[in-house]
Amino acid sequence: MTRRGRRVGLPFPALLLAGIAIAFFALPLVGLLWRAPWSSAWTYLTEDTALTALRLSLVTSLCATALSIVFGVPLAWLLARVDFPGRGAVRALCLLSMVLPPVVGGVALFFALGRRGVVGQYLDEWFGITLPFTTAGVVVAQTFVAMPFLVITVEAALRQLDPRLDDASRTLGASRWYTFRRVTLPAIRPALIAGAVLAWARAFGEFGATITFAGNFPGTTQTMPLAVFLSLETNPEEAVVLALVMIAVSFAVLAGLRDRWFGAAAQPAGAAT
Amino acid sequence: MIVDYCLHVRAVVVVVVAALIAASCAADDSAPGADVTVFAAASLTAAFTELGDAFSDVDPDVAITFSFAGSSDLAAQIVEGAPADVFASADLANMARVADAGAASGSPTVFATNTAEIIVEAGNPKGIAGVADLADDELVVVQCAPQVPCGAYAEQVLATAGVDITPDSFEASVSGVVTKVTLGEADAGIVYRTDVLAAGGGAEGVVIPDDINVVADYPVAVTSGSSNPDGANRFIEFVQSDAGRAVLASYGFGAP
Amino acid sequence: MTLDAQIGLQLGSLDLDVELRAAPGEVVALLGPNGAGKSTVLRCLAGLVPLDRGCIEIDGVVVDDPAGDVLVEPEARPTGFVFQDYVLFDHLSVVENVAYGMRARGTARREARQRAHEWLERFDLADYAQQRPGALSGGQAQRVALARALATSPRLLLLDEPLAALDAGTRANVRRDLRRHLAGFDGMRLVVTHDPVDAYALADRVVVLESGRIVQTGTLAEVTAHPRTRYVADLVGVNLIVGDVVDGVLTTPSGARVVIADASDGRTLATIRPHSVLLARGDAVVSSARNTWRGTISDIDRLGDRVRLVIEGELALTAEITAAALDDLDLRPGDDVHASVKATDIEVAPA
Repeated sequence: MTRRGRRVGLPFPALLLAGIAIAFFALPLVGLLWRAPWSSAWTYLTEDTALTALRLSLVTSLCATALSIVFGVPLAWLLARVDFPGRGAVRALCLLSMVLPPVVGGVALFFALGRRGVVGQYLDEWFGITLPFTTAGVVVAQTFVAMPFLVITVEAALRQLDPRLDDASRTLGASRWYTFRRVTLPAIRPALIAGAVLAWARAFGEFGATITFAGNFPGTTQTMPLAVFLSLETNPEEAVVLALVMIAVSFAVLAGLRDRWFGAAAQPAGAAT
Repeated sequence: MIVDYCLHVRAVVVVVVAALIAASCAADDSAPGADVTVFAAASLTAAFTELGDAFSDVDPDVAITFSFAGSSDLAAQIVEGAPADVFASADLANMARVADAGAASGSPTVFATNTAEIIVEAGNPKGIAGVADLADDELVVVQCAPQVPCGAYAEQVLATAGVDITPDSFEASVSGVVTKVTLGEADAGIVYRTDVLAAGGGAEGVVIPDDINVVADYPVAVTSGSSNPDGANRFIEFVQSDAGRAVLASYGFGAP
Repeated sequence: MTLDAQIGLQLGSLDLDVELRAAPGEVVALLGPNGAGKSTVLRCLAGLVPLDRGCIEIDGVVVDDPAGDVLVEPEARPTGFVFQDYVLFDHLSVVENVAYGMRARGTARREARQRAHEWLERFDLADYAQQRPGALSGGQAQRVALARALATSPRLLLLDEPLAALDAGTRANVRRDLRRHLAGFDGMRLVVTHDPVDAYALADRVVVLESGRIVQTGTLAEVTAHPRTRYVADLVGVNLIVGDVVDGVLTTPSGARVVIADASDGRTLATIRPHSVLLARGDAVVSSARNTWRGTISDIDRLGDRVRLVIEGELALTAEITAAALDDLDLRPGDDVHASVKATDIEVAPA
């Protein structure tokens, strides 16, 4: 290999394929930038629809991420640490929405939580709570599709942890909850962050389940992806601008993540002699 | 050095093969001459499918393939150069878009009409009698988004009737409205008459009086980029023939 | 201030049935081969594994009693545990590690840190207080683990192979330090090890565990002088022969005969120390030794000035002679020899 090749550290064929992959991801973005109506971009951006949709998207996706963390981490803990009968089936069930087409997920949510749904009808009758056509419904739909990403990431990290860390903590007098807070969570922090980011990204871009379950109404349920889709019907220029906004926001979040937050855990004791 | 060369050659071969595979996956079986591709509005799905079968009986040399979607999606694709031979739109506006871009050959003709109708759950449990009832805030009303033809028509009807409603959702397509109503999530919606009929037992229609209703004109045209204008024209003729009209009428379309 | 434990447990292929007692101030070494269940015993005492049957009582308080439906969680037991490779918390500094137990039990941060610093002083680790465990050497990490466990003032200190993770060079020094630190602790201490030298250096009493059962207890001297099983014999390198004694002659299952003195009839364990075995070349030697067996040298192992030879034949034996003797006799593997042992040199005990 040439000296330069050796410095890069990757054999040439792999480098070539990786380069093609990068181009594959970059080209659509380049296409959008090329066709963007820069002169009228600002008008579209400051329009009510765009700003409302963006704000709604950010609020709902952050709520969905928060819910994913609150419910997803204990679920991951259960799946990783407790060996109960049917665990494999339960795990498959929880990860199902990752492989379901989002619209199918939306329809399923209908049958569960809609006005005539299995649970939804009681929510309506007894508490007067309806989820379809509300912002809460958007959050529910987004959480439904996003949580599995967090669960799968965190569960993998928990499985890799040395179970004796828990043992050590408990023999020192720490309760299970204290151990989880002070030992387990810090140890899985990179995975937790990665999982939360994945979940947020999925929630932010969620379309099919949202429009099917929560509907589409500006200010209440019209998130950015929905706004883009509809503006595509009559005003493709506006659609391009809105799409670029979504890309810019997502890019900022993903690029802002530091490498070291994804880094490996510290070396175990005794490794340095 | 020889090793490096072999490695490079191998890499290039891999890339070329990969590209070929990708290309063959993407390549249309572009049919020369004998096939006709019809881009038609989603509301024409059932009717045109039957028309296609009937046409094949009459004219077996021509193989028809359909692509059903929202009219504006189809218009956008045709303008961008999609390989369609015929375009049947649910409204004049989208056909105009195609014509203005020079993608339609000749002048479009209207081959069918459709009207708007209120769709409610089977049995009409909320007892909706007309457009005015939709203004009730207690009801869950859904409507197509104004950006799609069905939504534009709905707005027209409401404007003519002087009724101001705040729907609970602006659906991206007619199917969204129909689904929500038939599942019981929404109490009512405004769709095409053909959709109410197509919904079968799951839904009922509440007729909108002619004086406030719209007439949706459905135009059809051959595309300028068609590779089989002859076959395309034969299909259009069939659609406008008595046989074609009969089929359209059975689905609820009106005469042009 | 005592430990009283009857441990009955089935864990995978291990069937554990052990009775253990310890008095305050005692250091007990748990010796045994891999898989014997030593670590499991410690884990039961710590509460990390529940019993199937039996009872564990620490300082008069029942912490595990399946029959009485009592199971005290590890965090509530007065036990401290030092793990085999220390299991320090990598994301916390050394002083935070030592303070962990106190903080977990509710001590205020400042006080816990202060006391942790005192412990580090005692262990000569004050300079490393702010470092992460990853930066420590093996010996230092072991001291941190020990300080961390002691900082919670346990009544029962459990050490699982505390020196196993160290290389031979540091082991001796760390062992000496460990002895000193353990001496300063007034509770009960249980050390698991597979190294008899550790047991010798650290413990007052030795308990030998094999396949889930206790096979021998006593001081190390007692145990090595009168080993009861092959494992213990091999561990400290004596020849252990089992057989039936009739009229002063022990006959092994394979038919070899051993003449012994002071023997009563019945099943007997005979111990022959390797240095009691006399080797001769050539024809049978006439001497006062009552026992002579023919054999072939199968293995020779030099250990400094001494040489250990493994002899296969009528009776398998390990003999120990000087290197000079080896050279004089010019013994090599494969050579035929006669091995002799005086009957008075053979220790016997009822099996």
